Amino acid sequence: MVTKPSRKRDTSRKIEGGMFYALCLVGILISLVSLATLLFDAFQDGLPWLDVQFLTSFPSRFPGQAGILAALFGSIWVVGLTAILSFPIGVGAALYLEEYAPQNWLTSFIRLNIANLAGVPSIVYGILGLGLFVEALALGRSILAGALTMTLLILPVIIITSQEAIRSVPRAYREGAYALGATRWQVTRGIVLPQAFPGMLTGTILSLSRAIGEAAPMIAIAALVYVRFVPTGPLDRFTVMPIQIFNWVNLPQSEFRGLAAAGIIVLLVVLLGMNSIAIFIRNRYQKRAR
Amino acid sequence: MVNDIKIDVRGLNVWFGGNHVLKNIEIGIKPNAVTAVMGPSGCGKTTFIRAINKLNDLIEGSRTTGEIYIDGENIYSKETDIFELRRRVGMVFQKPNPFPKSIFDNVAFGPRIHGVESEEELQEIVERSLKEAALWDEVSERLKDSALDLSGGQQQRLVIARALAVNPEIILLDEPCSALDPAATAKIEALMRKLVEKYTVVIVTHNMQQAARVSDFTVFLYLGELVEYGTTKRVFENPKSKLTEKYITGEFG
Amino acid sequence: MNTSNSATKARRQTQRTREYIIEKLLFASAIVSVFTTLAILGVLLFEAIGFFGQVSIVEFFTATQWTPLFAPQHFGVLPLVWGTILVTIIALAVAVPIGLGSAIFLSEYAPDRLRRVVKPLLEILAGVPTVVYGYFALTFVTPLLQNFFPQMIVFNALSAGLVMGVMIIPMVSSLSEDAMLAVPQSFREGAYALGARKHEVALKIVVPSALSGIVASFILAISRAIGETMIVSIAAGSTPKLTLNPLESIQTMTGYITQISLGEAPFGSLEYKTIFSVGVTLFLMTLVVNLIGQWVAKRYWRRY
Repeated sequence: MVTKPSRKRDTSRKIEGGMFYALCLVGILISLVSLATLLFDAFQDGLPWLDVQFLTSFPSRFPGQAGILAALFGSIWVVGLTAILSFPIGVGAALYLEEYAPQNWLTSFIRLNIANLAGVPSIVYGILGLGLFVEALALGRSILAGALTMTLLILPVIIITSQEAIRSVPRAYREGAYALGATRWQVTRGIVLPQAFPGMLTGTILSLSRAIGEAAPMIAIAALVYVRFVPTGPLDRFTVMPIQIFNWVNLPQSEFRGLAAAGIIVLLVVLLGMNSIAIFIRNRYQKRAR
Repeated sequence: MVNDIKIDVRGLNVWFGGNHVLKNIEIGIKPNAVTAVMGPSGCGKTTFIRAINKLNDLIEGSRTTGEIYIDGENIYSKETDIFELRRRVGMVFQKPNPFPKSIFDNVAFGPRIHGVESEEELQEIVERSLKEAALWDEVSERLKDSALDLSGGQQQRLVIARALAVNPEIILLDEPCSALDPAATAKIEALMRKLVEKYTVVIVTHNMQQAARVSDFTVFLYLGELVEYGTTKRVFENPKSKLTEKYITGEFG
Repeated sequence: MNTSNSATKARRQTQRTREYIIEKLLFASAIVSVFTTLAILGVLLFEAIGFFGQVSIVEFFTATQWTPLFAPQHFGVLPLVWGTILVTIIALAVAVPIGLGSAIFLSEYAPDRLRRVVKPLLEILAGVPTVVYGYFALTFVTPLLQNFFPQMIVFNALSAGLVMGVMIIPMVSSLSEDAMLAVPQSFREGAYALGARKHEVALKIVVPSALSGIVASFILAISRAIGETMIVSIAAGSTPKLTLNPLESIQTMTGYITQISLGEAPFGSLEYKTIFSVGVTLFLMTLVVNLIGQWVAKRYWRRY
């Protein structure tokens, strides 16, 4: 019995292949074009409003007099405090999990827990901050409450990236140190930490740069939207750049759109600066490691 | 009087998980001599020497029973200070593993963690150790350079200097020349013959000619069991076990 | 070893104490994460229980109107949940095909040099703050779409969903690409040797082999979309309703929480407590999605 196998003709497969490739290419192009449009749009709207007066003024009912000063300082305060809190705790937790933790249920639970926390929406962390720091610990709607909330938010990612940095330290270095009679902390401090430090630093700076763009958790702990002073201490009330931008976007007058775009430019420049520092650190130390 | 046994191994058994890697090893290693540990892959040579400085404890799921007496004290007793043990028993690994630090800091690492703080003392120790390891002449001008810039042979001598810096009595070497070229290998072998004046040297080797060249005593392990132990001359010329003879003549390896 | 002198013994003792303290400090750092989870659950449940003392759970999860700020008050959360789902569906409709297509392009078609340029550019998409996306949605996308859909209102689900989709593209693309790169080259070579063309190898060999990683990336994207706040707060509206029309304004769970946080609901009032009851719902939804994602990844993961 002879059956002719049904086969797609070679040319139609070729056409199929070409179309598929074109589709994938279109996909990438859409992504890149969207990015370009987004940035171009923000810059076009915002540049006319970006001047020294904008950087040194407080928000105002009059668009011509409004500025981002309070929000800029608020962001710096919050991110600075967050850095001080989150780095040691994150690195400490990563060191514990990689160098000290025994293989038992508690350790597995902690790891699972961290992985799950990384997937919790940022606004839920804001709600946590509201209930715990603002109300229960009576810190009020202060920079400190904001920084504590942000710390909890970025902690899982810092821990995970620090763990990766620690794991990249070759086992041979640790064995050599133990063979000389070093204690666990001597190995950790003398061998592991110095090697893993650049990676940990990079991961932390990248996490902080995401934190600086987060509005949702700060809104939930009700950072003020209309702030006309520069904060002077961690217990002051505050606002951050993304919230200021959000506020301006929601105002009906079209001039405030331009202000929002100018705020976006400032925010993006700060982000670019932070990311560049992180990448610089990573590149500089990747050359030396082997 | 057990003066002429430095490391007395009694009933040593090691398991990794369910795997019985070393079976009832009983042996007395002599001081101020080079003892070579030989055998085909997987016979437990590395596990054996790692039992002497308790480095097997670093491996999750390992279990060790039996005793090892060094100068009459059982290192597997509950009171043993493991850090002091590892100071007294130095180790050189198969692939040279200098720390990613300067040459000086590599050699100074050991003394520092054991309490030496004075910079003067450290300088003295580093110089002495590098001279003993026959490396001083090559690096004395560049102690601050990174150890990773040295050649393989130099790195291995650096690791030896690092081990010598803490004043050990025993030096364990796990196939120290397997990653090195013949010239570097020759330097290390010559170094071992010199070290034996002060230290007890145990070397794991895959290379029978090296064992014949360098060692005074030879241990032959097969599948975790001790098959033969005696002076190198006797083991090579007049092996007691048929298995040893087959290994030496290259029937298996 | 046991007969060290007294100076060494003393040093060892201080060393032992120091090692112990350090280990406990590091352990405390690790426990902060457990404390965080407990705190989230504690805060949410404590206030939510207060809420459900006054509003029946059944009404909350089954009624179809959400008007806590108007009289008469209705507390049915379904419109908010549906708003979230609607925007998520639109976002996925954008992110899944484009993200997967980009991943296939980068992993199977692009030469190495092109990859090294395009990949970081896609990562930039992921790094842009969501408030910027929200601005973009409101000031650019909506007016643009209004040219095609004149009946579209300024606040609507479509603009927010599309922009959210663009934001999520890197997540899908990056994780899918990692999954595809893990497929051994030998699989591809076997197919090529049989005369398969590149798109056939990609679709019939690579994608199925990498499926668990790809699906995991979709699920992660869903979770991210559900929890996203700024884009929807700016562009999607604040009118909770059950509608299939993406051109209308809706409200998501996150959008509502933002609205009420910025408002003047007195502390401790029922309106204030809605933050937590909606928060619980949001948390449970993302938790379930994340757990499904972990289950899928574990069940279908094959080690190569």
